Amino acid sequence: MKHESAVGHVTGRAVYTDEQREPVGLLRLYPVQAPHAHARIRAIDASAALALPGVHAVLTAADIPGDNNTGPILHDEPLIPADVVSHYGQAVAWVVARDNATARAAAQRVQVAYEPLPACLSVDQAIAENRFHMRPARVERGDVSAAMAGAAHRLSGEVRCGGQDHFYLETQASWAAIDGDGLVHVSASTQHPSETQAMVAHALGIPSNRVVCRCLRMGGGFGGKETQANTFAAVAALAALRTGHPVGIQLPRGLDMQLTGKRHPFLGRFEVGFDDHGRLLALDVDMVADGGWSCDLSPPVLMRAMVHVDNAYHCAHVRVIGRIAKTHLPSNTAFRGFGGPQGMLIGEEILDRIARHLRLPADQVRERNFYQPGQTPDRNTTHYGQPVVDNHIGALWTQLKRSSEFDRRRSQIDDFNAAHPNRKRGLAITPVKFGISFNKTEYNQAGALVLIYQDGSIQLNHGGTEMGQGLHTKMIGVAARTLGVAPTRIQIMTTSTDKVPNTSATAASSGSDLNGQAIKAACETLRARLAPVAAEMLGGAPEDLVFADDQVVLQASVGAGLSRDPEELATQGRSHKSRSHRSVGFAEVVKAAYNARISLSSTGYYRTPVIHWDAAAGKGHPFYYFAYGGAVCEVEVCGHTGVHQLRRVDLLHDVGDSLNEGIDRGQIEGGFVQGMGWLTCEELRFADTGRLLTDAPSTYKIPTVADVPVEFHVDLYRRTEAPSTDVIFGSKGVGEPPLMLALAVREALRDAVAAFGDAREVLLDSPATPEAIHRAIGRVCAKASL
Amino acid sequence: MGKRQGLCSCGSRLVGMPLARPGESVQTSLDPQQQSSSEKRPDKSGPTTADQQRKASRHVWTHKSGSTAKSVQTSLDPQERRGLVAWGRLTPSERALIFASMDVPSLRVNFRDIALTDIDPTESLLRWLRRARLTGTKEGCGDGDCGACTVALVEHDTDGRAHYRAVNACLLPIGALAGREVVTVEGLADGEHLHPVQQALVDTAGSQCGYCTPGFVMSLFTGFYDGEFDDHVIDGNLCRCTGYQPIRKAAAALATQPRPMDRFSQALEAASVSPLVGPDWTPLARSGEERADKVRTHQEGFHLPTSVAAALALKSTHPEAAWIAGATDLGVALSRGQRVAPVLIALDRIAELHQLDIDDTHVRIGAGVPLSRLERELGGIFPALDQMLPWFAARQVKNRATLGGNLGSASPIGDLLPWLLAHDAVLGVRGPGGTRELPIDGYFLDYRKTALKPDELIVSVRVPRLHAIQAACKVCKRQTDDISIVAAVYALTLDDQRRVEHVRLAYGGVAAIPKRAVATEAFLLGRVLDGDTLGAACALLRDEFTPLDDHRGSADYRRALTASLFAKFVEELGR
Repeated sequence: MKHESAVGHVTGRAVYTDEQREPVGLLRLYPVQAPHAHARIRAIDASAALALPGVHAVLTAADIPGDNNTGPILHDEPLIPADVVSHYGQAVAWVVARDNATARAAAQRVQVAYEPLPACLSVDQAIAENRFHMRPARVERGDVSAAMAGAAHRLSGEVRCGGQDHFYLETQASWAAIDGDGLVHVSASTQHPSETQAMVAHALGIPSNRVVCRCLRMGGGFGGKETQANTFAAVAALAALRTGHPVGIQLPRGLDMQLTGKRHPFLGRFEVGFDDHGRLLALDVDMVADGGWSCDLSPPVLMRAMVHVDNAYHCAHVRVIGRIAKTHLPSNTAFRGFGGPQGMLIGEEILDRIARHLRLPADQVRERNFYQPGQTPDRNTTHYGQPVVDNHIGALWTQLKRSSEFDRRRSQIDDFNAAHPNRKRGLAITPVKFGISFNKTEYNQAGALVLIYQDGSIQLNHGGTEMGQGLHTKMIGVAARTLGVAPTRIQIMTTSTDKVPNTSATAASSGSDLNGQAIKAACETLRARLAPVAAEMLGGAPEDLVFADDQVVLQASVGAGLSRDPEELATQGRSHKSRSHRSVGFAEVVKAAYNARISLSSTGYYRTPVIHWDAAAGKGHPFYYFAYGGAVCEVEVCGHTGVHQLRRVDLLHDVGDSLNEGIDRGQIEGGFVQGMGWLTCEELRFADTGRLLTDAPSTYKIPTVADVPVEFHVDLYRRTEAPSTDVIFGSKGVGEPPLMLALAVREALRDAVAAFGDAREVLLDSPATPEAIHRAIGRVCAKASL
Repeated sequence: MGKRQGLCSCGSRLVGMPLARPGESVQTSLDPQQQSSSEKRPDKSGPTTADQQRKASRHVWTHKSGSTAKSVQTSLDPQERRGLVAWGRLTPSERALIFASMDVPSLRVNFRDIALTDIDPTESLLRWLRRARLTGTKEGCGDGDCGACTVALVEHDTDGRAHYRAVNACLLPIGALAGREVVTVEGLADGEHLHPVQQALVDTAGSQCGYCTPGFVMSLFTGFYDGEFDDHVIDGNLCRCTGYQPIRKAAAALATQPRPMDRFSQALEAASVSPLVGPDWTPLARSGEERADKVRTHQEGFHLPTSVAAALALKSTHPEAAWIAGATDLGVALSRGQRVAPVLIALDRIAELHQLDIDDTHVRIGAGVPLSRLERELGGIFPALDQMLPWFAARQVKNRATLGGNLGSASPIGDLLPWLLAHDAVLGVRGPGGTRELPIDGYFLDYRKTALKPDELIVSVRVPRLHAIQAACKVCKRQTDDISIVAAVYALTLDDQRRVEHVRLAYGGVAAIPKRAVATEAFLLGRVLDGDTLGAACALLRDEFTPLDDHRGSADYRRALTASLFAKFVEELGR
């Protein structure tokens, strides 16, 4: 099944938020941006701006009738700051005008008096000044100090990784209008319509039932519209309230990059104890995330990093302490992987350092440390106390090594490197183990609303949002499969908070898991209502019915040979239909049900079982299951310039019983390339003033087609045993985990750098830009010449 | 009115395209829904009755926002139409006479002529399309760096053949497009029947969020009609979702399909026979002046001269005017709503600037030749150019950017400038005082300051065909479509003892201007290029410039690259 909007995408007919038919009198917004990272706002004089024809209002904090806060966790994020500027470029006022050009021109005329204050612009400065959001978090198992002291080898070090702009192609966009009954209608490019609804309600000081938030589709989200969309929706709603006009905003790219949060940069400091074989004995990690000016989602991001620093590796004695630096930079936020990538980067760095220190092949050291079920003492429980459910790491790894011809290529590369003094190739294999479920247990619930009409056509509503990941397509598939109808019978509806309330963000790779189960529940309810009607029509018992291929078939009439395979079932259904009356069309059953006064609509609800989490103790079972994967990457590095080329990629990833293989492959490939961008060419640079210097695609470089090797193999891992969990139709979440497959690029680069000189320690900054690689080569060469 | 404006519409008749389907309402806004209804396969016979014909050929485009909304009606009766069948046989000057008598320029979008009335000529094509509710073309950045706004512009090569060229709509001022033809994503599908390019992307799951997709569709579309399917066709399009593999697969699938004789091929054929616009039309030059008071922005004029003499005359009348060539640099400023100059003089209609002359010793490149033409037509002549152009920029930019524009903006990181330095190119410039030659050595004075006088125009660049060994290198954060950290172009001649007979080491990104490493060149000249010489030269190179630290790279890295790129060049000589 193709993406439900594929034809809309390729024809340009698919409508995004800012492309809807404009209501009469739609006004536009433009921010007045502070030229300081930290300053007190002394006065705002908007008179010159208001004098400009076409300007309707200049909104400041004083205009907010409700709660001036959009912080999702802490009450620390003013929608419009009243007194203090907290990052460079922050919007201290918003101009509402008849068009963008007028709004922008007027914004330049708003006079703001500032009193600059000292700014904190780096993690190091925040540590030095002891500026943190919340208290340190801790996850600990065993006796780290004793185990460290007893270890044959110890290493300590530090690693940093940069942030990442989401660079969704569609920038933040929201429209708001207030109808005659005072209901606020918001149409937003948001991953979390329920939270957008709540934030709009808070800002306007009205209950949630007076706000409807819809999301048509997003031109990409990647976490960047999980909380960040709320601000623009709330400002648009505020502007609509103050002017009486509908108001729309779509940020120009530069503003989007300056105003919104990004992936958290991390600093990791570690000490690790290990044996002669490279096996982990004790691990002590201190990590600091750059949270930016407000808390936003930083605590769960940090926690996910802390519980993914282990990646696929067991260590008996672990202590992870995490802190969130409070800087005067844009407030960092969710981004595909949600801290997992940063935690795993630190973990993989440690594994590589151990291997090089012992002069052992990195792949062997990784393999020796894998979580393994069925060992005594236990090697299959994470440092936060959760067993590694349905652990396929070892089998997947073995298969990938074979399919990628890892060993053969290893020796080829060694030969190449011996023959080329200024060009070196590198090869690496890394695993992925990624926990699926929201860390915050409350979020692991979902609802759906399925409506069947008398003609047998179906409307499908669920709480998830479509941002390109193919959720709607998968959800149509789930409903079609559960009701036994053709997907063409189903119309997916715009995500809207007046259809399904109290939804969770479409995030944490859980969109299909949660919404799929809710849809399945709703469809099962409907099927249970239709079955007696069909049974009566067919003269059988409801439990003998099969819903498949737009038919309801009386199973008894087909005999015991009826297949469970939907395709085969469909064939049987068709052949049966042609020869007897023991099946009946879905639409006929629906019509009969209506006539019999049977309800044809139902909600569905789901909550993830099993999971629990004690945040204070850093213990629990936060993830329903894990997604596993592995990647092999080969690179070539030029010693003169540090420029590299990715030569080949082999990915093997576990999606369970895929709901849609085409979509899942797209997530794997796209996630990998996005991760590769984070680790190589995407570099955020700030000026000493705190101004973002890389706020356009001319300066912030995401991968292009030329960065993706032609030799790019993607396989789906086929597990051999049935899973112990009950995820929708045996599938697994796939949104985030593949991003971390890209860690193999970084490790391959490190492997290539090592070949230039002394390989016992390879320090490589992240992102590994040509300059960073060049620097790393310089270090190993300097060491080699000592 | 009628008659003269009718000529504007008749252009579409010449290629056998109905302006709108028979029976379409007279009041036609440029609207996607109605647009799609007019996307029917062209009926070559056209409307049958005179009444239908009048309806079909009359349309109105109303300016949507702004208080001065005006509408212009264009109509054409069968008699007029018959009289124009011979249009294609008219000489350019005859056509020029007819066009010069028109007062409403138009732009053909998806086979329909839209009158360019009440426009702000500096508004980008992208914004103009979106205001006209052709929202399939997306703004991903507004800077010409993401390709989401890619449209196909009909361009003529020297051989007179028409081609679809991918361009960034965000950088194209609408004023420059009078009389031209574009195809947008909305124009491809024939009702529910997808274009092969669209179908290929559907089949390979080439879209996820879909926001970049129209841009990819249009890039692949231009490649499809040019028989080009490699990565270069799409390397100016950013996708954040797919990782590009399915899009590459779509391109590969298209490569196996024969180019159909569809309405697009037919339109290109027809345009090849009778260009919709020759370089002989100046509609906005006059209307811009006349309407200066009515234009909503402060743009006082947007001129489209068709000769260097006319351009220079305009410049002397409007000394404050800025030249605008491919608009890949100024277009960024315009797209961001910045006012570049009160008057703009567009240079892309001047035939002389489009000349490309190749002889045994030199190549003379017209200042207005798009770089993609250099890529196509100079292949194999200048090895360093062949190496540099693929890195220079994305296809959409190269389809518009010109050597003259590169020289005019004189960016210290303009990648072709080191190439010109390494080749001792000579600029041909013309001003009120006549023509003079400016050697490239000495042309760059200071940061974006040149020896060009304000009233002069670069007409051409003469580049000697060197027999030297040449190479170009460019280092950036990303190896395609990125701005150099350091770019270098080398030219070297060695005698049979490996003695340096001639050497040019030209760099971009290491100083306020593109610059040659003259001290190192002097050191190398006459020396045997052995390991010791190389080492000493690299040491000299490292200190020859004092580059800056910026977000692209540190000064240290730039210094290191200055030397190591030369070492790499010499190392590769040995292979």
